[in-house]
Formats: sequence, C-alpha cells, structure tokens
Amino acid sequence: MTIATAASAAYIVAALLFILALAGLSRHETARSGNTFGVAGMALALVATIGLAVDGEIGVLNLALLAVAIVIGAAIGLHRAAKVEMTGMPELIALLHSFVGLAAVLVGWNGYLHVEADLSGSEALLLSAGDMLGIHSAEVFIGVFIGAVTFTGSIVAYLKLSAKIRSSPLTLPGKNLLNLGALAVFAVLTAWFVIDPQLWLLIVVTVLALALGWHLVASIGGGDMPVVVSMLNSYSGWAAAAAGFLLENDLLIVTGALVGSSGAYLSYIMCRAMNRSFLSVIAGGFGIEAGPAQDKEYGEHRETSAESVAELLTGADTVIITPGYGMAVAQAQYGVAELTRTLRDRGVNVRFGIHPVAGRLPGHMNVLLAEARVPYDIVLEMDEINDDFTGTSVVLVIGANDTVNPAATDDPTSPIAGMPVLKVWEADQVIVFKRSMASGYAGVQNPLFFRDNSAMLFGDAKDRVEDILNAVRQLSTV
Amino acid sequence: MIIGVLRDPDPGERRVAATPATVEQLAKLGYQVVVEPGAGAEASFSDEAYAQAGATIGDPLTADIVFTINPPVQRLDKLAEGTTLIGMLNPRLAPGLVEDLARRPITALSMDAVPRISRAQSLDVLSSMANIAGYRAVVEAAHAFGRFFTGQVTAAGKVPPAKVLVAGAGVAGLAAIGAAGSLGAIVRATDPRPEVADQVRSLGGEYLAVEAADVEVSATGYAKEMSDDYNDRAARLYADQAREVDIVITTALIPGRPAPTLITADMVATMKAGSVIVDMAAANGGNVEGTVAGEVVVTANGVTIIGYTDLPGRLPAQASQLYGTNLVNLMKLLTPDKDGQLVLDFDDVVQRSMTVVRDGELTWPPPPVSVSAAPAAVAPQPVEATPKPVRRPLNPLLVTGVAAAALFLLTAAAPAALRGHLTVFALAIVIGYYVIGHVHHALHTPLMSVTNAISGIIVVGALLQLGHGGGLVTGLSVVAILLASINVFGGFAVTRRMLAMFSRS
Repeated sequence: MTIATAASAAYIVAALLFILALAGLSRHETARSGNTFGVAGMALALVATIGLAVDGEIGVLNLALLAVAIVIGAAIGLHRAAKVEMTGMPELIALLHSFVGLAAVLVGWNGYLHVEADLSGSEALLLSAGDMLGIHSAEVFIGVFIGAVTFTGSIVAYLKLSAKIRSSPLTLPGKNLLNLGALAVFAVLTAWFVIDPQLWLLIVVTVLALALGWHLVASIGGGDMPVVVSMLNSYSGWAAAAAGFLLENDLLIVTGALVGSSGAYLSYIMCRAMNRSFLSVIAGGFGIEAGPAQDKEYGEHRETSAESVAELLTGADTVIITPGYGMAVAQAQYGVAELTRTLRDRGVNVRFGIHPVAGRLPGHMNVLLAEARVPYDIVLEMDEINDDFTGTSVVLVIGANDTVNPAATDDPTSPIAGMPVLKVWEADQVIVFKRSMASGYAGVQNPLFFRDNSAMLFGDAKDRVEDILNAVRQLSTV
Repeated sequence: MIIGVLRDPDPGERRVAATPATVEQLAKLGYQVVVEPGAGAEASFSDEAYAQAGATIGDPLTADIVFTINPPVQRLDKLAEGTTLIGMLNPRLAPGLVEDLARRPITALSMDAVPRISRAQSLDVLSSMANIAGYRAVVEAAHAFGRFFTGQVTAAGKVPPAKVLVAGAGVAGLAAIGAAGSLGAIVRATDPRPEVADQVRSLGGEYLAVEAADVEVSATGYAKEMSDDYNDRAARLYADQAREVDIVITTALIPGRPAPTLITADMVATMKAGSVIVDMAAANGGNVEGTVAGEVVVTANGVTIIGYTDLPGRLPAQASQLYGTNLVNLMKLLTPDKDGQLVLDFDDVVQRSMTVVRDGELTWPPPPVSVSAAPAAVAPQPVEATPKPVRRPLNPLLVTGVAAAALFLLTAAAPAALRGHLTVFALAIVIGYYVIGHVHHALHTPLMSVTNAISGIIVVGALLQLGHGGGLVTGLSVVAILLASINVFGGFAVTRRMLAMFSRS
C-alpha cells in the first residue's frame, strides 16, 4: 500500500460519507449525524490530500502556505457561521457559493498554467501522448466558465439579498438574446481553445462568463431568489465536478455531481411551487408581466385591532399561522413563537403552514421558526396542511401575500394563475398582517384582503404580534 | 352638531339607539350627544353611565340628528326643521309613514334600507338584529322544550339529542343553526339558495336541498318567491321533516311581501307532542299556519308555536350595542371629515338607498342596487382570458430517454481515460437525485448549507495543484484553498448551528 493507493481508497470512503451525509439530512432524527458524516468525509479527504501533497515533496514553504491558507479560511468560516443571523442565511449561502465559484475559476486557470501554457513541458507532452490534451483544454475552459458564472451570479444574489443593490430585475433590451449569444460564443471559443490553447481565449471566456453570471442573476427579481440560490448551489456543484474531470479526481466528480443534483432538485421544487418553468427562471425576468385585471373593483377591506385579534385567538380551537418573507424582514419570529407557546398553553391547537417559496431560501421559514424554538412537528408543508384550512377557526397571515392569493386558483387570467397557494380563505376568519395595501412581489392585487372573512391588521409585524401577545396575557389575567 | 337619542315609549321595545360605548365613539367623530332620561334603562344602561361617557341628559328632539329604534310616530311634529331622523323606518311596509315624513321639512334615513353589499355590512342593522334574533329563537325554543338539546348517556338512561329544523339560512337562520348546534342538537336547514349549503355545513348543520329544476341565484342577496313546482317539492320536504324533528325555527322573509307559509296546520298536527316551533316571521304574517304575532300558542296536539316579534329586543343590551355600533358606522360614513358635520352624499349608493326623505323631498323608493353576490349574472368578461395551464412535470420516460442518449453519445465519443470518470459522474447524479428527493422540506436550508460545505471539496483540487508549477500557480492555489476552506468550515459549522435549533414539542 502506497500513499497514493491509500489516498484513492480514502477518496472512495469520503465520497460514500458525503452520500450518507445527504441521506442523513432527509430526516430530523438523523440530520445531526448526517452533518457529522459530512465533517468526517471532508476530514478524511483533506488528510488524504495533504498526505499526497507531503508525499509529492512540495516543500516546506508550500506546506506552510497551505496550513496558513486553511487556518485563515477556517477562522473566517467559523466566525461567519457563529455570527450570522438566521434571517441572513440566504446572503451567507449566496456568498459561500461565490467562493466555490471563484475557487473553481482559479483551479481551472492553474490547470491551464500547468499544462497548456507550456506546450513543450512534460505534463503537456504526457497528455498529448495519450491524446488527452484537447480534452484537458476543454475541461479547463468549461470549468472556468461554470466557475465564473457561479462567482458573479452569487455575488449579485448576495448583493440583492443583503439589500446592497436593488432587488428589482434588470431588463436590458434583448436579454434572452444576450444570454443565448454568450452561450454560443462560449461554444465557439471552446472549440477554438481545444485546437489552439491561447491565453487570450481563456481571458476572454473568463470575462464573458463573469458578465453572463452577473446578467443572469441581475435580471431576476428578489422574490425568485429561492430558485436563484438553489440554482447557484447547483452550479457550484457542477463547477466542482468540472474541476474533478480536469484533475482526474473521482472524489471531486462524485461530490460535485451530488451537490449539482441537489441544487437542481431544489430548484425544481421551487419552480413547481411557483408554477413556472425552470428555463424561464434562469433566463430571468418574468414576474414583470403586468397583470391585466389590475383595475378590478374588489370592494373594501376591513381593519381590525390587536385586541380583537387576541380575543379571537383565545376563543379559537385551531389556529394556523402562514408566515412569509415579511415575517423575516420584521424579525417577528420570536414574537410569533412566544404567541404560539402562550396559545398552546391555553389549549389552542396552533400550527404553521409553510409555502415552498416562502422566504428567500428553500426552507428558510423553517429555520427561522426553529431558531425561535417553535417545535418542528407543528410546522407543516403546504401539501400537508392545505386540506385543514376548512374547519380552522383563525388563520394569521404574517408577511405573506402571493402565496395566499386566491386569484391563483380562481382567476385564470391572473399572472400567478396555476401557482399552488395556501387556501387560507377556507378558514372561518383570516387576519392579514401587512404594512399597507400594496401588492406583493408579483405585483398582483390580492382578493383575499377583500373577502368577508378577512380582516387587515396594519403595521410592523413584530410590533403587532407583541401587541397581540400583551392583549392575550391581559385576557388570561382577568 | 348634536345627536339626540330617543327613549322608546312602547313598553315592548327595550332597545336603545346608543349605548355609553357608542356615545364615546360618536364624540370622537365630533358630535355632542343628548340622551332622553331613562332611554337605556330597559337595556341596563343608566343615565349616569351615559353621562360618564360624555352625553348630556335632556330633550333629544331639539337635536340636529335624532337616533331612534322605531319611528317616533307620536312625536314627529316636535322635530325641528332640518332635523335628520335615523332609525328603522321600515319604508317598504309602511307607506303611510313615508308620506307623513315627506310632508315635513326633515331628512329621514332608514337603517333597514341599507343595500346588501359588502361595503355596507357594517351598517346593516337587519343583519345584526337577525343574528341576535336567531340566537334568541333557539333560547326560546330550548326554554319551551321539555328536554335536553344534547344527547347524553347517563346512569338513568340514554337521552337522544333533539332534532332541529331551521327553515331559511339567512343571517337569522345561520345564527340559529350555530346556537342550536352549540347546545348539542342535530341541526338541519333548508333554503332555496343552493349557494348557502356551504355556510350551513360550516356551522355544523346539514343542508337539505329541495330537488327542483329552478334553483335560485339571488341577485339582491335576499330570497325571492319561488315557483309552484318548487313549492310543492318544498312542502313535501317540510311535511317529512315535521314528523321527525322536535324543534322548527322558521326565518323565511321576502322583503316587502307577506311571509310565505312553509308549515301548514296539517304538518303541525303531525308533529310530536312537546315539539316547539319558533316563527321568526310572525310580524309579517308568519311562516307557520296558526302563528299569532307576539304570542305563544299551544296546539291541540301539544305543539308550542312561539310567535314573538321582539326577539332582538329580548337581548336588549346586546341588541342596543350592535344597533348603536351600526349607527356609529353610519355616522363615520356621513362624517367624512370627523368634524361633527353630517354630509349626505347621494352619489354613494349606500347613502342614497337608505334616504327616504331629503329636506322634505320624497326620495323613496331608491334606484335598485344589484349586489351580484352570485357569479352567474355578471357582465361578460371583456378581457380575452388566456388561462395559464398548470405545468405538468416533464414526461419521465422522455427525460430519461434523452439523458440516456446523451450519456451514450458522450461516453462513446470519449477517450478511454475519460470513460471511467463519466461513469462515476452519471452514477453520482442518480444517487444524488434519489438521496435528495427524500429530504424533509424543513431541512432544505440545512441541506443547502451542507452541500455548500461539501462543494468546498474543491479545496482538494487546489491542494493537488499546490507546488506543481511556478509561483503564480502556487499563489492562485493558496487563494483557492483559503476560499474553499471558508466554505468547508463555515458550511459545516452553520449547518450544525441550525440543526441544533430544531426541536420537537
């Protein structure tokens, strides 16, 4: 057994551990052990690779550099992980994606500098002998392209999610042509690079991919961010897989493919939940579709007060809370959790209904509620709870709009028609927490607000929830 | 302006048009309120309570606006010129009163003429009073009924639940269904409008449909008279039910017409001894043959027929509060600037509909208002409707076929060294799909952060490149290692943090 064979064996074990890690995450009971498997797999892979590096006699200086880089990276990573607010998870994840993208670009460039830059060098001659030089060039090119798109795409997503730039979609004229044109140019450049690996081609493709990544995400609006983030997750996986092909490393290929398919699958779930095709999301720029039925007369909405909501809640048998991104923005999850506890102590059956695209990240609402210590077994998915709204006494809609819009099922001309929504209006009474009567992300008016069994509670969700909580406590002391 | 609140001289009327709570709200709109001495006494609101709420006790007839429950027929002469009289004037059934009012230089608004549109719901006294009456009808029935409503199994034997039939599922009927259901009775309800079936069921009642060709779609929100065929079938339904049920509550009213007869004397004769009928339409002639308005009658076969016409007034405090709130909501509508100045806007369909007389000029009857609660008769859709189809998942056979073909071509064309990697790649994608497809929806965010950490595996690639090649390669590798390390450590740590938060109840 040499170091090299031991490393290959370790890679296989690490790949299996990664598969176990993802499998473990499928259930709450096994999720923590899944994470541990992931850590173990990563540790094994790192030890094996460092072993290979030491075996390859890279020198003390390089080893020192390696150690320093890992330590600094680890320090930054652990610090960010410990400090991040759960409402800031989407930004953090987007930022982390960009790192993978950039790393993939650097690995690709290194591949070029190592081989193609010196066509008379030993590595290049070795590859030419096996007729693999062209393949290697293509791998460099593809790896750099995917990595660069991931990098700038994630950066834009990060900026949009952290509200450092406006989240409204950018609409350049002929943007679909721009995207398609970029892909066509990429294909041509790849062929050219395989025949004649010139440095300037690599520079051009890097710039092209950076621009494409930027444009792709810039033209997608803030409400579609769940899809964008999971799509970028997928891209970062494919970028790692491309690096694996480049370095002929199966561990990278397996891991990249796992991450790639995970992101693709999540994107698929998100798209289905919005009744949109995946292509239309990544091509960007829908949701700007103007609704035709905007000037329709809906009647008037009714306003209610925190006190009457408190009375309603304490008199209710069953309550369902449907949170949306507005709850995260207002940081209302702690108040909501406290209200849930208070009501459950009084014997009210309180549950949560989560729409798949609520929030800015798949599963974002679940994490926020978990952070506020809401037990996960009362947090249900749309499909699990949608039949229970009939017979529910009160529904609280907190910071959600499009995901509870009856127009999606009732009005075939609505821009969101066909999108699966939470059927909150089937409950006896619906209370909608809202800042104002403005429409939601899709720009569609919500007829829910004008239904006879709906009442609006205006103001900051956090303050209003606190008001209700106080009123409920007063009711219980009387 | 000053609002006067009348005391009703009729001893049968216990309600009052304002309560201390509504007086405060009226004051917020800029009005002063004068309450006639003893106005709220029957509804348990003392003069002191009104005074504490900011009202003065005095002569209400000199006020600019006069609130009343019933029209003060004896005292109309005392109203000053320009006074606005607001109350339940019942203009549809009292043409004499309307003529009388129109002879005077006053304005008269009738609370029972509010159109049934959602916007006007907050001022609709017919709804708020019917709600109380429906509840009270059940209480009266329970009082007269010699048994439990709810079924019980006791040591002394089994008690069957009472069976209640509610005829007409309007506001009063629905309130009765809810109240009887809460007492534990088995409740059935009939109504010619099939769209109310869901409302009946939502209150725990069973909807009995009359099998007939001409189901009614209501354009005014009220029921209307039905065809003969329908009435025959309905009669059979009532005859069958009369033999079976213990309590019948009838609520069928058609605005401006005598109440339709639903339960004939023959049907009453087939009912069990001890059964109770509450005829809520007694004031308009009754739905039951044998009803005497305002009286309780016991038939020869022991059936009690209750014909009270003052059911809302039998809950005077509650009825006054709701009526008073309806008036406050009206005043909000009539006082757009909240400055205590009443402004009547005839462009507003609600205000137009309820105005019987304006400044001595007869404005009754108002132009009809269609509320079109039902979808059938609305104007045709002018917009070209292009329904968006619900997206179906792609045909899995097709997807698999295309993927298989692509993989075949790619692998066949690839050199031998690449083939092994492609195999691993394809298998890993399939495994990833199956493993991730089972992830619980709540764990999607931890899944993303863990896959993020795992995709930091690219650090392996950078490590392998370190030391091969010149200084530039090393430099780039070190940067890549640093970035990927952030991912690896940050990703796993944040996942760990998140997973620790999930807890079970």
